[in-house]
Amino acid sequence: MSLFAVEQLGISFGGLRAVDQISFEVEAGEVFTIIGPNGAGKTTTFNLVSRIYDPTDGRITFDGEDITRVPPHRIAGMGIARTFQNIELFDNATVLANLLLGRHAHASTGVVSNMLFLPHVRRAEIAHREKVEEVIDFLDLQAYRETLVSGLPYGVRKVVELGRALASEPKLLLLDEPSSGLNTEETDDMAFWIGDIQKDLGITVLMIEHDMNLVGRVSDRVLALNYGRAIAMGTPDEVQSHPEVVKAYLGG
Amino acid sequence: MRFIFKTDYNQDIRLFKHGGAVFWYALLIVALIAAPLVLDRYLMSQATFVFIYAIAGIGLMLLSGYTGQISLGHAAFFAVGSYTEAILLEKGFPFLLSLPISGLLAGAVGVVIGLPALRLAGIYLAIATLAFAFIVEEILARWESVTNGTLGMLVEPINIFGVELFREWHLYYVCLAVLVLVVLGAVNLLRSPTGRAMIAIRDSEIAAQSMGVNLAKYKTIAFAISAAVTGLAGALYAHRLGYISPEAYTILLSVEFLLLIVVGGLGSIHGAVFGAIFVIVLPQIVSILKGYMPSQIAEQTGIDAGIFGLVIVLFMLYEPLGLYGRWVKIKLYFSTFPMYRKATFKRQKSYTKTERLR
Ligand SMILES: Nc1ncnc2c1ncn2[C@@H]1O[C@H](COP(=O)(O)OP(=O)(O)O)[C@@H](O)[C@H]1O
Ligand SMILES: [Mg+2]
Repeated sequence: MSLFAVEQLGISFGGLRAVDQISFEVEAGEVFTIIGPNGAGKTTTFNLVSRIYDPTDGRITFDGEDITRVPPHRIAGMGIARTFQNIELFDNATVLANLLLGRHAHASTGVVSNMLFLPHVRRAEIAHREKVEEVIDFLDLQAYRETLVSGLPYGVRKVVELGRALASEPKLLLLDEPSSGLNTEETDDMAFWIGDIQKDLGITVLMIEHDMNLVGRVSDRVLALNYGRAIAMGTPDEVQSHPEVVKAYLGG
Repeated sequence: MRFIFKTDYNQDIRLFKHGGAVFWYALLIVALIAAPLVLDRYLMSQATFVFIYAIAGIGLMLLSGYTGQISLGHAAFFAVGSYTEAILLEKGFPFLLSLPISGLLAGAVGVVIGLPALRLAGIYLAIATLAFAFIVEEILARWESVTNGTLGMLVEPINIFGVELFREWHLYYVCLAVLVLVVLGAVNLLRSPTGRAMIAIRDSEIAAQSMGVNLAKYKTIAFAISAAVTGLAGALYAHRLGYISPEAYTILLSVEFLLLIVVGGLGSIHGAVFGAIFVIVLPQIVSILKGYMPSQIAEQTGIDAGIFGLVIVLFMLYEPLGLYGRWVKIKLYFSTFPMYRKATFKRQKSYTKTERLR
């Protein structure tokens, strides 16, 4: 059985069918990419998976469980982490604090013991910190630990956001346009990291991406959306040359 | 400049980042403990007011400065603390019991007021909490069988294990002790998952939620803790006044608390303390200034509130990091002299600078 699946998923905003009966499955270990012109419903699909929106119809399953009605704050704990198209970091906190918040789904200490900072809270904090340091090493963020996010260049923020998602030790990672706003060198780094995330960390990746070069480099399979509907699915090459896809991008 | 070489994760977690900090805080505590020896009654009472306001300020800071939930109703939690304390003492409760109960009751009220906060944000939340404060003020004036209405209540002195603590310096130490405990609790909270969740809600609700933060739960927790801490301050305030009546807990007090955290510096515990000093000193400055104003202006009702409002606006515009931010800048200036750059605290325009600084 596949790790993640959506079946006949759909949502309407007023009269607009932003996502219209789409179905796909993501196998454990693959990089699965969603492409499509602006407004195709890609981000909305992510928001449905994150449970920020309630689908009007359809089903989402993950790891053998139906998550269609799971509250949004429980998603991270189940093993799904995400990044946002327009970076959603905690701007007035340090990089370290941002990454540590990525551990929240694994934080189990209570408010009162937090206030007293009891020994088990300290032990848990050190364990979280060790995990965060692994992420810092993985993404080369050593120089920024104590820097406030608001003072960071755009490219670094994207990496910090990726790091925050990784800190939660997800099984499935959702990346919304990981290369948007990055220069070529930074996009290159991103491509390597996505490869490493898949191969070294064994995390399944579901990604939205516009840069077809990056898509071709890292994706195992690609799904193309247009006006909320799935129009093609297959290898990057197959989808890119699919007549419907060509037409959609030409504005047909 | 100070470089700290870290060899252990504990170094980032612990309360004081380096030996120098331990020294300065220890010195401060010693000075505060010794102060009653040299302060006259008036200054001691002003210092006590500062402690009480600092406690309330930390309460509001946790909610507004750290969780991003604005409140114009904190005078009400303060009042709940005051009246609970006065009523419990009258019923013969010992102080060591009545004080925590006053905090807990205010915290419980905070949970109830937090409920609309789950649906409201920004200006709407400010209006809702403001309305709540008016309701509490009204209840205090009308519920005569319990609060004695507008006549007010006498507050019995603090009594610990049969010893009556009625002198000015007694209260000074009690308030100082509570302040130290509240500061420690707040700092602990902020270096643990609860505090991080609060900060996350302040900066991005959607990201916080996606990383596993239950918004409803943590907003409620923030309201409860904030109200409870403010309630504690209220209880101490009752003792400081010795006699309480509804007109001590008006909207102006809520505005003062807001002024306190904005001027002190949003998102900092130091800021709450700096702000408390400012709020206690400001009215004296204002009354001196009034001496220089034409009497038609100086005697206008609402001139104090107007000046408070003006100060809030000026700080928001010109020193958004507050007094504490100013202090940090001055400290940095001296520790990096002559290399301090004016741009150190400028935000980078993130869209124009994408190269990574390695
Ligand atoms: N919360 C919302 N309310 C109304 N319309 C929305 C909302 N979110 C997205 N949409 C609409 O749904 C469509 C798909 O948007 P989106 O998923 O963001 O596109 P993209 O594929 O570029 O990520 C767009 O037409 C957008 O305007
Ligand atoms: Mg999008």
